[in-house]
Amino acid sequence: MNVPVKSLFDRLGGANAVNTAVDIFYRKVLSDDRVAPFFDNVDMDRQIPKQKAFLTMAFGGPNNYTGLDMRKGHKHLVARGLNDSHVDAIIELLGKTLKELGVPDSDIAEVAAIANSVRNDVLDR
Amino acid sequence: MSAHIGYGNAQFEARSDESVLDCLTRNGVSVPHACRSGVCQSCLMHADEGQIPEAAQKDLQPAYKKQDMFLACQCRPEGDMRVSLPEHGLLDIHAIVSAKEMLNHNVMRVRLLTPTPYECEPGQYITLLNADGLARSYSVANNPDADHFIELHVRLFKDGAMSAFLAGANLGDSLIVRGPAGKCFYVAEGQRDYPLMLAGTGTGLAPLYGILRAALAQGHTGPIHLFHGVISEGDLYLDRALQDLAAQHSNLLYTPCVLNGTDGKGYFAGEIETAVMTAVPAEKDSARLFLCGAPEFVNGMRRKAFLAGLSSKHIFADPFLPAKPVAIAA
Ligand SMILES: Cc1cc2nc3c(=O)[nH]c(=O)nc-3n(C[C@H](O)[C@H](O)[C@H](O)COP(=O)(O)OP(=O)(O)OC[C@H]3O[C@@H](n4cnc5c(N)ncnc54)[C@H](O)[C@@H]3O)c2cc1C
Ligand code: FES
Repeated sequence: MNVPVKSLFDRLGGANAVNTAVDIFYRKVLSDDRVAPFFDNVDMDRQIPKQKAFLTMAFGGPNNYTGLDMRKGHKHLVARGLNDSHVDAIIELLGKTLKELGVPDSDIAEVAAIANSVRNDVLDR
Repeated sequence: MSAHIGYGNAQFEARSDESVLDCLTRNGVSVPHACRSGVCQSCLMHADEGQIPEAAQKDLQPAYKKQDMFLACQCRPEGDMRVSLPEHGLLDIHAIVSAKEMLNHNVMRVRLLTPTPYECEPGQYITLLNADGLARSYSVANNPDADHFIELHVRLFKDGAMSAFLAGANLGDSLIVRGPAGKCFYVAEGQRDYPLMLAGTGTGLAPLYGILRAALAQGHTGPIHLFHGVISEGDLYLDRALQDLAAQHSNLLYTPCVLNGTDGKGYFAGEIETAVMTAVPAEKDSARLFLCGAPEFVNGMRRKAFLAGLSSKHIFADPFLPAKPVAIAA
């Protein structure tokens, strides 16, 4: 008999995990001097749904992000100096968030790999 | 790709990333508008033909959506559209000014009568339009369905367009009411025992007053803490009524905060942010926070409270965005 392998998204806890993680993750982002300036003038009401969409994607969940969306959505930030170091910081904060939630290192590495896969689109190169 | 916008007998070409509102006003068409941020709904239009982008209907009531209405300021057309101004009377309500009273040196209480009791949640906002198409949003400070009138607290600005209009309005004058909209209102969930924090500056008290009375009327049992931030003592209003309310309800605490005040006068002398932050309850997961008034206060406070551990889904905010009129091309 075949035991179905649970997907990363299901292992993490699906949409509930996204809802739990989003506040912890966004708090870390706003408190981190390296990346906080990029979020200074954005409305929290608009940011939370965007962060949820990002986490859903990074957790391997259903999403309709395209490379083009990623480029369009971050172009103005690239113009303000967004670079590899900031992407690294975000991936680091994402890892810390999951660690706090008790996610095993192997799953955190998978999430980091997914987040890393959109790096070139985000940085528009 | 640039889209064409048909209006009446004319046809205009929208610039890339230009909203329908900006395109029409650039071409000399007068469309009522105020916030240009998708909040006030004064730029409501009807799509006669063409696809309405999702963003242009995001927070609209289902009744508006069903009738192909959209917000012109949020509508960046994805293809050709034909648009028109909505016919008054279809969805708008005519109200008459039934009472006016100064609550302090620059805040005026305005009561409006509607043909049938107006249904909205205390704390939501409505947009008033006058016959000239001037539009501004105001928060509902009472429960109109029960009271049979709508109560607003209007701060009078020198050179304020709607301020001047309302200050000069006679009892019996008529206005159009559009809305309601907004997510700042009391919802009794489960136990009704969660801590409730209400903080507003200036006429940000209006929605909070509505929310407070709704919470008390619905038997909220958790602690309620109301903060009213003003610049000078004379800017406080409804102070007496709120002191009385707090005396009658053991779970209600009222803290007026006067920025330029002096200690020992029965209020908190200093910034409202400081007063709120020192009072954040231990039950951070369940506490609800409502923030209304000056946008700088609302957005700054929201961020501070969130970083202090309040849940993002429990912070409700209504920044009173000032109107951003665009010049109509000659
Ligand atoms: C959702 C929402 C709810 C609102 N609820 C209320 C409410 O309950 N009570 C209330 O009084 N207002 C409320 N407002 C603000 C209101 O809509 C108008 O912006 C305000 O009444 C000024 O309109 P006006 O036509 O009198 O002045 P305008 O003609 O728009 O402005 C005249 C002058 O006053 C200045 N000005 C306008 N607003 C401010 C300000 N806040 N601080 C300093 N200068 C300013 C302008 O820059 C301009 O120079 C709300 C706004 C929103 C978006
Ligand atoms: S919603 Fe469009 S101008 Fe306010």
